[in-house]
Amino acid sequence: MKVLRVPSARPIHPASSGYPSLRLGDWLLAGIGLVLIVALWMRQSGSLDGHVIIRLNGQIFQQASLRLNRDIEVLGPLGVSRIEIRAGRVRIAADPSPRQLCVRQGWIPPGGAAVCLPNRVSVENAAAGYDTLNY
Amino acid sequence: MTPSTIELLTSAEDRRIAGLAAAAIGLTLAEAAIPLPIPGIKPGLANIVTLVVLYRYGWRTAAWVAGLRIVAGALALGQFLTPAFMLSLAGGATSLAVLAAAMHLPPRWFGPVALSLLAAFAHIGAQLWVVDVWLLPGASILGLLPLFLAAAWITGLANGLATGYLLKSNPQPEEDFP
Repeated sequence: MKVLRVPSARPIHPASSGYPSLRLGDWLLAGIGLVLIVALWMRQSGSLDGHVIIRLNGQIFQQASLRLNRDIEVLGPLGVSRIEIRAGRVRIAADPSPRQLCVRQGWIPPGGAAVCLPNRVSVENAAAGYDTLNY
Repeated sequence: MTPSTIELLTSAEDRRIAGLAAAAIGLTLAEAAIPLPIPGIKPGLANIVTLVVLYRYGWRTAAWVAGLRIVAGALALGQFLTPAFMLSLAGGATSLAVLAAAMHLPPRWFGPVALSLLAAFAHIGAQLWVVDVWLLPGASILGLLPLFLAAAWITGLANGLATGYLLKSNPQPEEDFP
């Protein structure tokens, strides 16, 4: 069988000879890419942390990180609700509402919320939102 | 046995494209056998072939090889016209478009690693976009962006280095695909 001779390939670039395999632009692009990824990652990991949203009268009263242990006092129409953040968990420690529903609810699970309706206070444990891994 | 009366007329370039596409399809199939922890992240070894072809024979041939690899690879894996195929097609088309522009960067400063990185970022960017608007609208894909970009960075770098090595160690390409 006759084998056809193909005219020799002409490289568009002086492909490899002469230049080092990693050139200035390569280093530059790789560096920019890496910085971009690290920056995105840092921003992301911050925003994926859980935080607490406290509402009074349906308006956001305060947002707090779950990482910082602290007590937050909210003055509602009936009196002071005390919200406790400890070791990455959050609960309503004290509330003037007559039936104490929100206090008895205890530690609020991620994604959950406790509402003290008489005192018009709600606390939401806003966990990292949905991502594709939930699907 | 009667000799076949059907004769396909193929040009030398057809045979060259077929041979190169076969190499790319082989890599795609081999890669599909590698177990990977996260769906959507794979090394994309066939892109080494695309890059080598781009350097050796130009963009047109590279586009043919990549297109044949995407279609035939999907047929062989039973993924033709599935979402996986659409993702592969979107990624392939976008990275080819980016390569069409990037190949005109001055070769003094930008080598195969730069082209490979740009193609990898374009590839994953297009795929995440398709996932976001078509496959999983409403899901916050953005949260996974750093993970996928990091994977693209690693595979882009590795494939670029492999391409550079192949071009260097093989200055005279095999010309015949009889």
